[in-house]
Amino acid sequence: MKAPAFDYARPKDVAEAVKLLAEGGRAAAGTQSLGPMLNLRVAHPTLLVDLRGIDELRSVSENEKAVTLGACITHAQIEDRKVPDPTGGTMASVAASIAYRAVRNRGTIGGSLAHADPAADWPTALTLLNAVALIQGPKGRREIPVESLITGIFTTVLAADELIVALRIPKRSRRARYGYWKFCRKAGEFAHAIGAVLQDPETREWRAVLGALSGPPCLIQEKTLDDASLISSVAGIGEDAYSRRLHAVALKRALAQIQ
Amino acid sequence: MTAKGVGARLPRKEDERFLRGQGEYVANIRLPGLLEVAFVRSPMAHARIRAVAKPAGLETLVFTAEDLEGVQPIRAVSGLKGFKASEQPILARGKVRQVGELVAMCVAQTRAEAEDLADLVEIQSEELPAVVDMLQARAHPPALVHEEWGDNVFLESLVDDDLSQVKRDAAVSVKRKIKTARQHMSPMEGRGVVCEWNRRLGQLVMHSAAQMPHVNRAGLAECLGIDQGAIRVIAPDVGGGFGYKGILLPEEVALAWLCRRLGRPVRWIEDRREQLSANANCREHHYDLTLYADAKGKILGIDCEATVDSGAYSSYPFSACLEAAQVGSILPGPYKMDRYRCRTWSVATNKAPILPYRGVARTGVCFALELMVDAAARELGIEPHEMRLANLVQPAEMPFDNITKKHFDSGDYPEAVRRAAQMIGLAKIREQQKSATENLSSGYPAARRIGVGFSIYCEQAAHGTSVYHGWGIPMVPGHEQCAARLTPDGVLELRIGAHSHGQGMETTLAQVAHTVLGIDTNNVRLIHGDTALTPYSTGTWGSRSMVMSGGAVAAACDAIGARVKSIASKLLEVSAADLIFENGNIRVEGTDRRLTLAEVAHTWYRKPQLLPADVDPAGLEATAGYKAKVDTGTFSYACHAASVAVDTETGQVEILDYVIVEDGGTLVNPLIADGQVYGGTAQGVGTALYEEMPFDAQGQPLATTLADYLLPSATEVPAMRIDHLETPSPYTRFGQKGIGEGGAIAPPAAIANAVNDALAPLGVEITESPLTPRRIVEALLRVGK
Repeated sequence: MKAPAFDYARPKDVAEAVKLLAEGGRAAAGTQSLGPMLNLRVAHPTLLVDLRGIDELRSVSENEKAVTLGACITHAQIEDRKVPDPTGGTMASVAASIAYRAVRNRGTIGGSLAHADPAADWPTALTLLNAVALIQGPKGRREIPVESLITGIFTTVLAADELIVALRIPKRSRRARYGYWKFCRKAGEFAHAIGAVLQDPETREWRAVLGALSGPPCLIQEKTLDDASLISSVAGIGEDAYSRRLHAVALKRALAQIQ
Repeated sequence: MTAKGVGARLPRKEDERFLRGQGEYVANIRLPGLLEVAFVRSPMAHARIRAVAKPAGLETLVFTAEDLEGVQPIRAVSGLKGFKASEQPILARGKVRQVGELVAMCVAQTRAEAEDLADLVEIQSEELPAVVDMLQARAHPPALVHEEWGDNVFLESLVDDDLSQVKRDAAVSVKRKIKTARQHMSPMEGRGVVCEWNRRLGQLVMHSAAQMPHVNRAGLAECLGIDQGAIRVIAPDVGGGFGYKGILLPEEVALAWLCRRLGRPVRWIEDRREQLSANANCREHHYDLTLYADAKGKILGIDCEATVDSGAYSSYPFSACLEAAQVGSILPGPYKMDRYRCRTWSVATNKAPILPYRGVARTGVCFALELMVDAAARELGIEPHEMRLANLVQPAEMPFDNITKKHFDSGDYPEAVRRAAQMIGLAKIREQQKSATENLSSGYPAARRIGVGFSIYCEQAAHGTSVYHGWGIPMVPGHEQCAARLTPDGVLELRIGAHSHGQGMETTLAQVAHTVLGIDTNNVRLIHGDTALTPYSTGTWGSRSMVMSGGAVAAACDAIGARVKSIASKLLEVSAADLIFENGNIRVEGTDRRLTLAEVAHTWYRKPQLLPADVDPAGLEATAGYKAKVDTGTFSYACHAASVAVDTETGQVEILDYVIVEDGGTLVNPLIADGQVYGGTAQGVGTALYEEMPFDAQGQPLATTLADYLLPSATEVPAMRIDHLETPSPYTRFGQKGIGEGGAIAPPAAIANAVNDALAPLGVEITESPLTPRRIVEALLRVGK
């Protein structure tokens, strides 16, 4: 199938992009999800706003507390460690497990988050890392933690004229450890279950997230996870017993990575 | 054997263009004034059409059934008693019977614009209950797919027998329900059609991604009501077929009609979504089986009720009887037994027609029977491969007529099993399973269980008239021809009606010519895939071309060779009986005196004054044919063995090792034969673990993109190891047997048996393919694991 007709714009800066979005444009970056949606005629934008010509969205900055990645940084750049990795390699390995290299060459971290496919990796991984999305709209900038950005399947708090500009990912101590395990039936497939955990002994930070749910990623509150609490933590999620089993296993195996 | 003859591992001549991306496929064809077609397809599985509204002002660019005056529906009737024929409309008329059925045809400068037009066409319809489940369709039909039939059964068949004695004698009777999922064929290249009208010849030229171009032409002529001479079908390079490209599609008929109507070239290139949701469906079987065996594992009898979900229409030319009727005749596989009873039904449902896919009914039959053998072996406490050895036809019994009168030509079936058991390391796997502490480097040992499984089949290939005439379908194979010509410069042109869609026939048939005429394979050109240039053939299907076209090429080379010898005997002044072919020359045996083939050819064409007075004026062109001495076909066979690890927490199956012991008789090109086995086995892995086309209760297909329809990729296909037995067929020219389909037959059974071997201690047995993580986990949950 072929995409329906649409207009195309390639703005030079974020302000111009936001203006075009306010006029009804649809943001496009790596088009690894939007492209198939266009060709299947599931999406019918009248104007495609190509964000790849905007330098700011491809910029990277770093200070003592955090790394900030422009929204158009690709999975491949993260996989290849062409940009600073505040997790000491966990983000690179998450990136390397996304789909296929051809997809990673074009797909972007901001695009993946804004698309909010529950089975994608960044919504879960960035929730785990307590990343903050820097968002620009017609009224200026605002910051939203990723854990409150995604509200449902393919649904976020972003207004139609708002854009994720960058993601600020906090740094943690050298002793911090990360676990990330996902279940796919074959290499490159979207995940059926994701379990993710992090523990920083120096700050006593502890986070655990379940992903690939029929809704946004789920932060787990329990501080200690034994077999029984694992089962209870997945009790309310998943569509059926199979799905709950996969999610419990994913979390257990993510935990095993940091123990 | 010479370095380039029959038996040589010669790299493919085709690879020069294929590996450089220089193959020429239908979608590469660009003609001046070419228009693009997009179809409006039914969004519903079963509905009565009230009206199809063309967009206002654009009516001349949209065509519906009303426009196709004089065009006949596709009818593929079987002569089998009781078969009910269906009429597959080119564009829907009255009713739609499957999602994706063609309703209207839109034409524009580009495909995107044609799709824009298609979006504007409105179908007014009344939805009817969809017939989705094949068992329900037969027993409690929610609706009738074809009202005039009175039920939903294309064909019922029965191989009857009295099983009462067997039931009394059996030490065990094992009963199972076994199901194979509806699948989809996924050649890398989809279907595609480019039609042009040749005013000078008054001829329609159809370029089509087809594996049986002559049969396509016959079917087209019937639907269009024009003579076959007014149609030329050209199949250029074809990127995989697997059976799908042997089918006459309504799209082909529609494009042919449109091209004539507009007097302009038109094209339709199938996209993956059309292929998945509307067209290339296959394989959905249900078995209700009982196997009776004595205490030592000898099979006494089998009782089977098999149902095949044939979909909405009988497809041309193989018809809706192909799968189910074959189930009845091939279920006993390579085994001996005293009694056998099998009742089958081909059931109509509101789904895409089921089409023959590599292995055709055998993949399902092998899955069903081989799971039964393992289930019986477990119940009797004997090794599954031992149970097979106790029941296989023995080499000393060959040729052997089995219980359904299949005539096995040659082979050592037990040796294939013994070798496979050794190659897979059965004894070691049993030790590992006993010690329970398995030392696999990755994964979670507590959750992983390993298992080993076997499956064996025999595959009837290149079968001819005596097998097919009884089915009475629109195409009955028998003989095969080759038209050969030695050109003035000594190049051999071979024209055959079969068509390569990945078989490497440009290479293998050159090897045959080399063996007969000594000609270098680089001096042989194969011309195929064009009805105007080649002798009639039913085409490339049923693992037949190496036997049939190989035989025909050899016969044509024999005929050319005799004429070359007759000319050379005059030029060299010796008896023709003293001449031999060797390295592109014709030489007087025992001497150095020789002529090149080019010198002989040059004499025939350019210096006829030197020819003998009584020279055969038929010249250096000959059409010769081939028919096997016994036309019931060759029986290649293979034993596959797999070892797997099952993650009992997630249901994920990992193939640890995979071995194949294959017997294709004399291998014309072992390199290409291995390629066939690798490719087929990769598809078999897909059938076993990944590929499934589910439907909802309204008959909507739920896997309409390759994100939902999982195909195995390089990561999932194991590095299989192949061993060959080479038992020549006594009935073919070089002893070769057809093996093209075999790889796709055995893997689902071997892998499922391995999974069941791993899960048996937990009390779990899976009898449905594909063996998905969900099916495995749900089975484990049912027993509280």
